[in-house]
Amino acid sequence: MSTPTPKQRPATPTMLQNTMLVAEREVTTQVRSKAFIISTVVMLVLILAGIILSSVLGDKLGSDTKVAVVPATAELIAGVDGIEAVDAADDAAARQLVEDEEVSAALLPDPDTDDNPLGVVVVGKESAPSDVVSALAVTPPVELLDEPTTSEGLRYLVSLAFGLVFMFASLTFGSTIAQNTVQEKQSRIVEILLSAVPPRALLAGKVIGNSILAFGQTAAIAAVAVIGLVVTGQDDVLSLIGAPVAWFVVFFLVGFVLLAAMFAAAASLVSRTEDTGAVLTPVMYLVMIPYFLVIFFNSNEVVLAVMSYVPFSAPVGMPVRLFLGTAAWWEPLLSLVILALSAWGVTAIGARIYERSVLRTGRRVKLSEALKG
Amino acid sequence: MLELSGIRRSFGDRLVLDDVGFTVQRGKLTGFVGGNGAGKTTTMRIILGVLSSDAGTVTLDGAPLGDEQRRSFGYMPEERGLYPKMKIVEQIAYLARLHGYDKRTATTKATDLLTRLGLGERLNDPVDDLSLGNQQRAQIAAALVHDPEVLILDEPFSGLDPMAVDVVLNVLSEYAAQGVPVLFSSHQLDVVERLCDDVVVIAGGQIRAAGGREELRDQYAESRFEIHSGGDMGWLRTQPGVQVREFDGGYALFDADEQVAQQVLRTALESAPVQSFSPVRPRLAEIFRDIVTDEVRNDEEAAR
Repeated sequence: MSTPTPKQRPATPTMLQNTMLVAEREVTTQVRSKAFIISTVVMLVLILAGIILSSVLGDKLGSDTKVAVVPATAELIAGVDGIEAVDAADDAAARQLVEDEEVSAALLPDPDTDDNPLGVVVVGKESAPSDVVSALAVTPPVELLDEPTTSEGLRYLVSLAFGLVFMFASLTFGSTIAQNTVQEKQSRIVEILLSAVPPRALLAGKVIGNSILAFGQTAAIAAVAVIGLVVTGQDDVLSLIGAPVAWFVVFFLVGFVLLAAMFAAAASLVSRTEDTGAVLTPVMYLVMIPYFLVIFFNSNEVVLAVMSYVPFSAPVGMPVRLFLGTAAWWEPLLSLVILALSAWGVTAIGARIYERSVLRTGRRVKLSEALKG
Repeated sequence: MLELSGIRRSFGDRLVLDDVGFTVQRGKLTGFVGGNGAGKTTTMRIILGVLSSDAGTVTLDGAPLGDEQRRSFGYMPEERGLYPKMKIVEQIAYLARLHGYDKRTATTKATDLLTRLGLGERLNDPVDDLSLGNQQRAQIAAALVHDPEVLILDEPFSGLDPMAVDVVLNVLSEYAAQGVPVLFSSHQLDVVERLCDDVVVIAGGQIRAAGGREELRDQYAESRFEIHSGGDMGWLRTQPGVQVREFDGGYALFDADEQVAQQVLRTALESAPVQSFSPVRPRLAEIFRDIVTDEVRNDEEAAR
């Protein structure tokens, strides 16, 4: 049993120490919560499953075309990519295989060699199997004057991935911040906390803690995606998106701080969890707009260029442009500076709102009141 | 010594604190009594600095309070608040760490304090799982864990069973005995009267009385006497200068000044043997009952 000793008190912790303590609590509480663990695991499993599934399906669709051959034609297609030879005893047997749909086509010697310099015919069931025909075709060598542009499909997928990851991480952890803020206000523990730490430390700790979580989860997604791609042998995609992903991570970190401050400030205006919806709606829109823009306008250079500079959409817009190769080397740097400056500004305003409204319970605090004090 | 003077605060155009001033002595438990809406919580929030005052000063040992000093205060807010899902020992240790204790010391202090408050068995339960009375004990631990230099507790005894009141009171007295000014509010006069050394009475945002419990009784009580006589005391009702409060055959409780009372005693002795005669000092609860209940009524009117 200890006796209180009021005179032996430890030194008052610095703002930074307090901030880190608050951040630590945010992280440990969240990491220990069953809901968080389960949802994270489910998400990672889904991503891994998606990658594996796409690889398996891809194999099936793009599997070798079976072609029946007779001894006379066997060596014509031996070693041709994408074609698997199925040996047949004679012409009739090969035709039967085509008839039975055991093979896509049969390659038979053409008795009428006068009209056909190749000396073979391709026998199909209903349509000419184009891959067999092209495998046999003689194509001249091709020289390209431009680098190949990214395919429409990949472009869409990558834009979708950046937009989706940013939106989901921001919404998940933004709402966590908002929930915690309101919960503290509703349960009044904020009064006890504020008698120990300055409001800015409390806000900063929340933002940092949840940024770490958001970053950690995003990194886990990236890691699982990379492992999945490598394991399933699709690692050629990696070299294409490596640099844009790295930039995305940097933009995400800064961009999330900006959004987190907005979530906390907005949530501090209300006193009850039931009221959070109304104040969070504008912030939610800010998070979702980049996603929809990037989905609908991923081929519109102008929209993407504007997006890549507007702070709220830059974390999605700039990596997409980098992926498409339409941004000069200095553009991400400039955009990052703009983003960092606005994050700093918004955080300062957010802190002001938070400080002034977090202790005002009861009805919702008006934004103008919170700013004026 | 914690001293408030000339504190004024209004919300909108409603003046809730009007020239509030009193002191909280070191080494004493000071009770802060008033009806609901009298201004207790507002005053406490101003002492804590969570709310600013429009005018007036709060000083500790003569020096104005800064944020730094206020951080060493222990505060228990009126509306209880702890993280519902966090284990209580972790929660209390977290608060100690925010005050600068390292992790191990913080955990030790939290464990000791909670054990002392009778929560030794429930250390790893989340707050949600505790009964209201036990949540309250945890809340008190939250205010005490950093060995505060000043203790401000808003309604610490409400909702506690008598045994818990004693446990909490012992802990608080221990702090007071070490020279920590302890201020706690209550709307129950009898609780305050039983537990504390000094009393501050607030009503309608104004301090109505402040000082030691006994001094206040002397100062505000009507001079009242009690007499037990062998004969009937009915004649007392017609005596000039006497106000009979209670009457039952040979027993009477009456208000009168000292001189009249002595006269009453002489008259009584002449007619019958007197078993006892003594001055009665009413309890504070009786003295201030009117003030405190009045405020509740006013408040309800204001709310309408």
